Amino acid sequence: MEIDRPTDLATALEALRQAPDATLLAGGTDLMVEINFGHRRPEHVIALRRVNELQEVDGTIGAGVTWARLEEGPHRALAQAARTVGSPQIRAAGTIGGNLGTASPAGDGLPFLVALDAEIELRSAAGSRRLRWDEFLTGPKLTALQPGELIHSVVLPEEIPARQEFGKVGVRNAMVISAVMACVVRYEDGRTRVAVGSAGPTTLRMGRAEEMISAEADPSAAALSEFQRLVSEEVRPITDHRSTESYRRHAAGVIARRLLERCLR
Amino acid sequence: MTTTTGTRIRGGIGESVKRPDGIPKVIGNFAYASDLAADGMLWGATLRSPYARARVVRLDPAAALAIPGVQAILTQDDVPGRKTFGQITADQPVLVDGEARFWGEPAAVVAADDPETARLAVAAIDVEWEELEPLVDMEEALGRDEVFRYAPVRRGDPDATGTVVVEGYYEVGMQDQAPLGTEAGLAIPDGEGGVDLWVTSQWTHEDHDQIWRSLDLAPDQVRQHPTGIGGAFGAREDMSLHIHVCLLALRTGRPVKMVYNREESFPGHVHRHPARMWYRHEADADGTLVKVEAKIILDGGAYMDTTPAVVGNAVYFTTGPYRVDSVQVDGYGVRTNNPPTGAMRGFGVVQVCFAHESQMDRLAEALGMDPLELRKHNALTTGDPLPTTGQIIETPLPTVGVIEQLAAIPLPPPLDSDDPRRLPGGTGLTTTPDYVTRGVGYAVSLKNIAFSEAFDDFAEARVVLSPSGVEVHTAAVEVGQGMVTVLQQIARTALGVEQVAIVPTDTSEIGSAGSTSASRQTQMAGGAVLEAARAVRDLALEQAGGDDLTSDGVWRAGELVMTLDELCADGPISHHTRFRHPPTEEPDENGQGDLHADFAVAAHRAVVDVDAELGLVRVVQVDTAQDVGLVLNPQSVRGQIEGGILQGVGLAVMEELVLDRGIILNASFTDYLLPTFLDAPEVEMALIEEPSPWGPFGAKGMGEPPTISSTPAVVAAIRNATGLELNRVPIRPQDITGT
Repeated sequence: MEIDRPTDLATALEALRQAPDATLLAGGTDLMVEINFGHRRPEHVIALRRVNELQEVDGTIGAGVTWARLEEGPHRALAQAARTVGSPQIRAAGTIGGNLGTASPAGDGLPFLVALDAEIELRSAAGSRRLRWDEFLTGPKLTALQPGELIHSVVLPEEIPARQEFGKVGVRNAMVISAVMACVVRYEDGRTRVAVGSAGPTTLRMGRAEEMISAEADPSAAALSEFQRLVSEEVRPITDHRSTESYRRHAAGVIARRLLERCLR
Repeated sequence: MTTTTGTRIRGGIGESVKRPDGIPKVIGNFAYASDLAADGMLWGATLRSPYARARVVRLDPAAALAIPGVQAILTQDDVPGRKTFGQITADQPVLVDGEARFWGEPAAVVAADDPETARLAVAAIDVEWEELEPLVDMEEALGRDEVFRYAPVRRGDPDATGTVVVEGYYEVGMQDQAPLGTEAGLAIPDGEGGVDLWVTSQWTHEDHDQIWRSLDLAPDQVRQHPTGIGGAFGAREDMSLHIHVCLLALRTGRPVKMVYNREESFPGHVHRHPARMWYRHEADADGTLVKVEAKIILDGGAYMDTTPAVVGNAVYFTTGPYRVDSVQVDGYGVRTNNPPTGAMRGFGVVQVCFAHESQMDRLAEALGMDPLELRKHNALTTGDPLPTTGQIIETPLPTVGVIEQLAAIPLPPPLDSDDPRRLPGGTGLTTTPDYVTRGVGYAVSLKNIAFSEAFDDFAEARVVLSPSGVEVHTAAVEVGQGMVTVLQQIARTALGVEQVAIVPTDTSEIGSAGSTSASRQTQMAGGAVLEAARAVRDLALEQAGGDDLTSDGVWRAGELVMTLDELCADGPISHHTRFRHPPTEEPDENGQGDLHADFAVAAHRAVVDVDAELGLVRVVQVDTAQDVGLVLNPQSVRGQIEGGILQGVGLAVMEELVLDRGIILNASFTDYLLPTFLDAPEVEMALIEEPSPWGPFGAKGMGEPPTISSTPAVVAAIRNATGLELNRVPIRPQDITGT
């Protein structure tokens, strides 16, 4: 196995140009498990942890920023999500870029990014491009990342509402992959955005529920239950060993409603 | 005659003596089996069946053998001796014999220069499987008469009737022991055709007796050594890679090491039996139990393992610690193509305790009676017959005592925190206190100690006194529970000498100490050490004509008359003993007889906070009262109780191997959920010390009861909070939300 350990972005991109199909390693919290279980056997690894340009948290969030740093970061809901990722050891290693690269529907950092319509900046030796989250996340564990490209950063919009909440439902009270999770953000003018994870092939936006609740300046109890119902209706969960389709549908509605209630306080 | 020391010795019984393995484990210096190494060592790896049931169409290792660094690939054809193994019946092929009968069953083993090459070689073996329809439903298996053991109980008048009748159906999912240390072993050829084996095991002699048969060697050509074990809980009672690693070592003439990874560890050991149980309780209007009827099916998986003994336990403890004149039970352990099941902490009693305690709560409700009053009203005690087998209970059995002492522990204060770590859903921030309901539930359990049903249960120990102190030789295996410390304490107190070392002893150096299971080692290995130590002390006193022995030597009337050097001038003073507990009987055709050697009771009270809308639970506190006979080491007792309760909480709310056509879907610690610290309840405990008639200084085994009634107590508390029936463990969120 060949391993490159670049310490700056230019060197990393050059290594990637020479080996476009190399496996990218950041925190390794997904990759090392896959290798350990024999599911992957990379011939060439480019380790990105020493690349300083991927470490920024200013306006954009560098792909190499760890959960431990995001826990202390400026974005409330992202910090809440970061706190739910694995154990302290995992949070010290795992990164937001890794979450995007793995593109699991259960990626804990994704609902926040999806709720805010974040863009993903990709870099290669040839240049850079930005994709909106739904252009980047193309399916379960599938992304638009091309050979020779790496995830550089996440670009958040200029307007980020202060009212933002994340919640994750799992069978254990810590260190658990979600049965379902959600992020709700509400702007001062009432516009509300809802993203739900582990309830479809990718993280999903709840368009109808958003539309309905955005029109409610001061949602009544009835409006909140209608919101819950719409979320339960809009999600597209499956039954697997972690939960059932019907529980996920129910819990997605409940957690979204509760997060909205918190945003409204 | 036997005397005891008048002065209290440092590090003797009753003290929280520090574990010798404690600090090394915390700082990472303890050598577990997976840390073993030898010069020139090869690494083993295993080819496993990808199906729960499949025929081997072709298995050709030629291409894999051609990989540089691959030293051997062995299949069932290469097993020189007995082709099968098994603790009770040797029904499991050493390697797949043409048809795999469970997912992950080993089909071939590889030895290579390094683990990666071994793994590549496994992948390169040319194997074709024809998947066959697996039998995965335990009732269907019973219908097809695929039965490992049928055990009935017929006691009292089957036509007896009560005025109140409660019927219930209960299920238990497949729990895993989830020891953090996976299966691991190192086999080293001795150069003379034999082999030395270090391997994760709870019972070296039982393994040894199977291994040499399959290797076609004489018993003394195979020596099994104890090694560092990262948890057992029953998972190390049946063999895993033992024979494989020896076969590879003997074939290659080099040391071979095997370590299962986490994914193969899950199918690599037996699990707790899933159960389906139908119960009918009849009682008089005052709550007196009149009759208990039950049908119990346990899923034994593909091979027998210890299933017959687990069935016996389930059947003979069907009713719990309550007097009942009429008991009619049919218990079955069935053969399926699910992962093999066998020993796990509680050993069949966990399953029935969930059922009988659920029944007792429902009966109390039907009677309009307080659930604890109902239990006390029917409490089994010393002198009563065990309701299933009729055996008169001779050991102290403080059933009422554990209930009353448990009830006297103060309840925790009401939920007064919005700290998410104190709420159901924890760090997921799912809830606020307004969505939380508190519930409280109780359960009581009765468990046998040591082996039952006429098993010739013994433990050997040799105690050697020399000028440098005392050596205790025993094959009893320390699996992390603290036995080594307890044996030291027993030896110190019995001898009066402080310097005591427990010496790791292989199968050639001493006879069996029996399994580290069935809550038995404190009483069995402890009993053997006490007997041998007392004999050594008597020999020493006799030789020196003294009346007391200490670390300095032998004393008479307060004066030192002989130092240890002088005492041992002609060599060490030693005594070897084989300790047996009171004999037990085989059950007759109605399940009657004196089947058990000793009993223990425990009671648990769980306090839970439930978010019913999301179906999430936080177990706030689990309190307990337990009869431990005598506390030999307070810290170890507390540790066993807290750990056992956590395992019971796990079964109640999260621990389950999820199966699909016999395939485990969550064979990882990502998805097989064990309680974390945020899931761990506070534990308050009352220890009751009613001496066992034959335990060392009256001590009773105490490792299993904490796991047994904690599960139904948590379930009762969740029922109390939600009003739901909840007839299955583990309780899943959707069982609470009904969605």
